[in-house]
Amino acid sequence: MGANPSPARRRRTTVAVRGAVGLLAFLAVGEVVGRSGLVAPELLPPSSVVLARLAEIVGDPAFRADVVATVLAWVISLGLALAIALPAGLLLGSVPGVRIATRALVEFLRPIPSVALIPLAVVLIGQGPGSKIALAVYAAVWPIMFNTIYAVADVDPVLRETAAAFRVGRGRFVARVLLPAVAPFVLTGVRLAAAIALILLVSTELLVGGARGIGEFITQAGSGGGRMDLVLAATVVAGLVGLGANALCTAVQRRWLSWSDVP
Amino acid sequence: MAPMLEVRDLVVDYGDGTRVLDGLSLAVARDEVVCLLGPSGCGKSTLLRAVAGLRPPDGGTVLVRGRPVDGVPDGLAVVFQDYGRSLMPWSTVARNVAFGLPRDLDRPTRAARVREALGSVGLADVADRRPGQLSGGMAQRVAIARALACRPTLMLMDEPFASVDAQTRADLEDLLLRVRREYGTTVLLVTHDIDESVYLGDRVLVLSPRPAAVVDDLTVDLPSPRDQITTREDDGFVRLRTRAAERLRYPDGAPETPRA
Repeated sequence: MGANPSPARRRRTTVAVRGAVGLLAFLAVGEVVGRSGLVAPELLPPSSVVLARLAEIVGDPAFRADVVATVLAWVISLGLALAIALPAGLLLGSVPGVRIATRALVEFLRPIPSVALIPLAVVLIGQGPGSKIALAVYAAVWPIMFNTIYAVADVDPVLRETAAAFRVGRGRFVARVLLPAVAPFVLTGVRLAAAIALILLVSTELLVGGARGIGEFITQAGSGGGRMDLVLAATVVAGLVGLGANALCTAVQRRWLSWSDVP
Repeated sequence: MAPMLEVRDLVVDYGDGTRVLDGLSLAVARDEVVCLLGPSGCGKSTLLRAVAGLRPPDGGTVLVRGRPVDGVPDGLAVVFQDYGRSLMPWSTVARNVAFGLPRDLDRPTRAARVREALGSVGLADVADRRPGQLSGGMAQRVAIARALACRPTLMLMDEPFASVDAQTRADLEDLLLRVRREYGTTVLLVTHDIDESVYLGDRVLVLSPRPAAVVDDLTVDLPSPRDQITTREDDGFVRLRTRAAERLRYPDGAPETPRA
């Protein structure tokens, strides 16, 4: 490359530069507001202080263990949600009878804010990581399942007819046509689910004592001493974790699903 | 010997009760290219789907090599109009071509069949590309290669060249005439293009509007091999295309008013 980078690479560089400018501007506003005296610096510390705390807590083994606990629960939750939602979505999308039979139940369960189920989960499962994982799975299943159902309906009838005309069996149809066709939609579902699952995990950690993770660190920093600098630093870490997951999804999309025009 | 394909009194209704085909009969001999020429919406594609065993008829029979069609018959391959929709965008060209091959073939045989079919349509060098990277004409050649790889005895084509530009279309027509000689394949091709039906066909069956019936059976006695320039200016070609146009336009017979 060197002097003559490809158009795609140049475009990506431009995007990265603009993203960095936006981030710097945001930090600058945080710094100015924090030092202006409009708010007490204990309540909204300036960006530089938050970033300094961030560097400190990242070096702290206890905090690192919290981050690992949250990320591990996150990976497990998304894995379980995918293992439940993908087959369920394929079944509901392929068999109209099952879809109609379950519609009322699904439409009842789906609008319930998952956060409202935290007390129920704690009573049923207890205060360990089981509760937060169960809640995150519950919340993450919906976007993956609905995206899968719609994706199955979206499989081109000409493609189905082509498979039938070449006498392609059911198993081969699923492997060669159905799964590749739904993959981009499922990935979009996983992206949405990842954000929702992280919300559920951190919320449960915040509200339920004894569940290790970023949320519990934030609770402890926020209560008693009221260390907003630590609270914000930990929040930034949660955001960075989400950013990393999104980058991972983009990489997967670019590597294996580049044929698709689903964003 | 039984004809390659025989359709007797075929009746097909849509789900809403509309009758699309009402007692249609036709026959295709071995090694023939028969073009079905009919107005849009007359039921040509429905007929093709019934012949392919993709849609059970509501009356009448379809016989392929003398045997009633019950599901997709042996030795049959279909080329759809929408190549963009019938190829799998996630699979390479080679894997798309191998898609229709019988499962019991071993790997080397499959690979050889794919190479041969892609070679026949002049696409040996794009085996590892994906359909999205090809032009429309190339993609339709992949669809034809996919059908040829099965070594079909009967190939059904549903307006196969309707979505490509004129030059590509002429190339694809000549390609079809060449490969069907090489492979010894009987072809039943649906089109709404009069010139194309006469250029490609050994016979042209002109269909009436819905419900479709065969209103004319034209034998195309043009010299072979055909040529895009000389065949099309041949007196026989002009006479046949005029006749086909007339029957397409006036399926119940030409009006009495004399032509100017």
